[in-house]
Amino acid sequence: MATLEIKGLRKRFGALEILKGIDITLEKGGFLVLVGPSGCGKSTLLNTIAGLESISSGEIRIGGRVVNDLHPSRRDIAMVFQSYALYPNMSVGENIAFGMEMRGVAKPERDKAVAAVAKTLQIEHLLQRRPGQLSGGQRQRVAMGRALVRQPSVFLFDEPLSNLDAKLRVDMRVEIKRLHQTTGTTIVYVTHDQIEAMTLATKIAVLKDGEVQQVGSPSEIYNMPTNLFVADFMGSPAMNLLEGKVARADGAPGIVIERQDHPPIVAPVPASADVSKLADGAKVIFGIRPEAVNDMESIDRNAKLIVKFEAKVELVEPAGSDTFVVTRAAGTELTARMRADADLKVGQNHTFAFNLDKALLFDPATTRRI
Amino acid sequence: MSAADLVVSGPSREPTRHSLTTRIVIYGLLIVFALVYIVPLVVMVNTSLKPLDEVTGGNMFALPQHLTFQPWVRAWGEARIGVSETAGIAGYFANSIRMVVPAVLISTVLGALNGYVLTKWRFPGHALVFGLMLFACFIPFQSVIIPMAVILGMLGHIGNELRDATGWSLGFGNPTVNLVIVHVIYGLGFTTLFFRNYYEAFPTELVRAAMMDGAGFFQIFRRILLPNSTPIIIVTVIYQFTNIWNDFLFGSTFAAGDSSPMTVALNNLVNTSTGVTEYNVNIAAAIIAAGPTLFVYIVGGRYFVRGLMAGAVKG
Repeated sequence: MATLEIKGLRKRFGALEILKGIDITLEKGGFLVLVGPSGCGKSTLLNTIAGLESISSGEIRIGGRVVNDLHPSRRDIAMVFQSYALYPNMSVGENIAFGMEMRGVAKPERDKAVAAVAKTLQIEHLLQRRPGQLSGGQRQRVAMGRALVRQPSVFLFDEPLSNLDAKLRVDMRVEIKRLHQTTGTTIVYVTHDQIEAMTLATKIAVLKDGEVQQVGSPSEIYNMPTNLFVADFMGSPAMNLLEGKVARADGAPGIVIERQDHPPIVAPVPASADVSKLADGAKVIFGIRPEAVNDMESIDRNAKLIVKFEAKVELVEPAGSDTFVVTRAAGTELTARMRADADLKVGQNHTFAFNLDKALLFDPATTRRI
Repeated sequence: MSAADLVVSGPSREPTRHSLTTRIVIYGLLIVFALVYIVPLVVMVNTSLKPLDEVTGGNMFALPQHLTFQPWVRAWGEARIGVSETAGIAGYFANSIRMVVPAVLISTVLGALNGYVLTKWRFPGHALVFGLMLFACFIPFQSVIIPMAVILGMLGHIGNELRDATGWSLGFGNPTVNLVIVHVIYGLGFTTLFFRNYYEAFPTELVRAAMMDGAGFFQIFRRILLPNSTPIIIVTVIYQFTNIWNDFLFGSTFAAGDSSPMTVALNNLVNTSTGVTEYNVNIAAAIIAAGPTLFVYIVGGRYFVRGLMAGAVKG
């Protein structure tokens, strides 16, 4: 259990810079999720923490100790790999005990530790089997057991659920969360699945092109993304991002969103944004999550600022718990998340409403939130 | 297989007439080719069990009238090989074993280590090093004989000096040791190629996991890589064993007289120009010479195909 501090971390492969100065601090017992599209450097970052890849400059501290030049086995960490990386020639028990064997722990002690971990993970009946004889979920458990048995300061998970089918993934996600809550370990977890990131993390770091876009709690990342990339990346379906203009009528600034076959939507400026420095007619990106686009019946009753508008329904996607309705504004698709029994027909006009408490404005030039 | 074959509705399907003719053609061809391959062996075994007068006087397919194992006994322990004092091929067989076992083991272990380093511990220029090692696979034996002889001569000198100084030559200059050295060097290109391609497809995450578990370079090699390399080890051993056992050129160049390997002795036995040619003895000797490679193929053949495929698909 320890803090993890990363300062100014850079990683170069020749002229190519993979990590461009990463600064992240994770408190003791925290659950940090590194998330981003493929090639953003999140796995490289994890590997540098693990010591499997060297760093070009910067500093990594685990529990206050600089570990830059320490061998992976001396960093007091354990890692669960994407492919689980169980040794196929050893039984489950030998797999879990291998690290202790390498450190010269005596056999009786090893057996005791393996038994304890197997009990925690409920894999006692599998200890004699080979990894090849296990199902995906069982392998996942064994891989976690191998990490757990070391009782490290920091756990590293490299996309551990990506090889499991959808249902098992949800089960294992719950299990990892429970593991974190009961043991209180510090965890760094890499995924490209933003739902995993939201559900597991106490802290999320969104990466893109080797740079941290934003670090924050899941709700900060979701509700207050600092830029368009984070806004677009987190959330499914993605946030609606509509082009608009600042317009001041009678002194009160508003946002005008042009539409082709309908009059423009004129919305007051969301509370989160400050447009006092923007000129009249300045372009902005109006961001609103699908769940904040609804109709008058089911929009959040506590919303302070609502704007309604007519729009034509282009597509209806029933998803069981909700129905996603796609319409059009500012030349792009606008997705609304409606209640499951919403009775909408394609081609029909319908009255939608924006919950502006949840809306955000972005500067199209810098992509930053206003 | 057509789509209709995949949709089987009944509990069992009657074989159709079409599949029966197909079967006859397939099995017919298989039997023909099996015969083509088995006939020479049958003739050899048959001939080796006949007395010489039956061999020279009779049909080669005729079964022996007086079954005798005398040709085998003669070939093994009594026949005169060239101008040598030693009788029979037994001593040469032992020479070959003494040469082939260490040569196969050393070249296989070194090839595995090379493959391990070239895939899991990459260094700048690893591709060039591998390319140069591959060169060894394309160099004809004949072109390296003279340089090899020069180097072996130097090693011989070192051996002599060592013996003068310490009393031990450490094997330098010994013909069998020389042949082991030659075959290890020559085989290294192939064994490295085999293992590199196999380890290229070997999951790197396993190596990383072992590193995190605190295993060192050789521990990872011995505990993680090698136990999972059975198919490629068998392929390499079969390949190396066959090549080294069957080698004639290096054997006849770098070893002489009583230290010759089996292949050279067989040649000396068969090509002798004095006395009557004892075909039955010659053939018995030839079968004995081919025995070990046959044995290795039969034991490891299953893996040979599997391992070759593994290397071929993930190259």
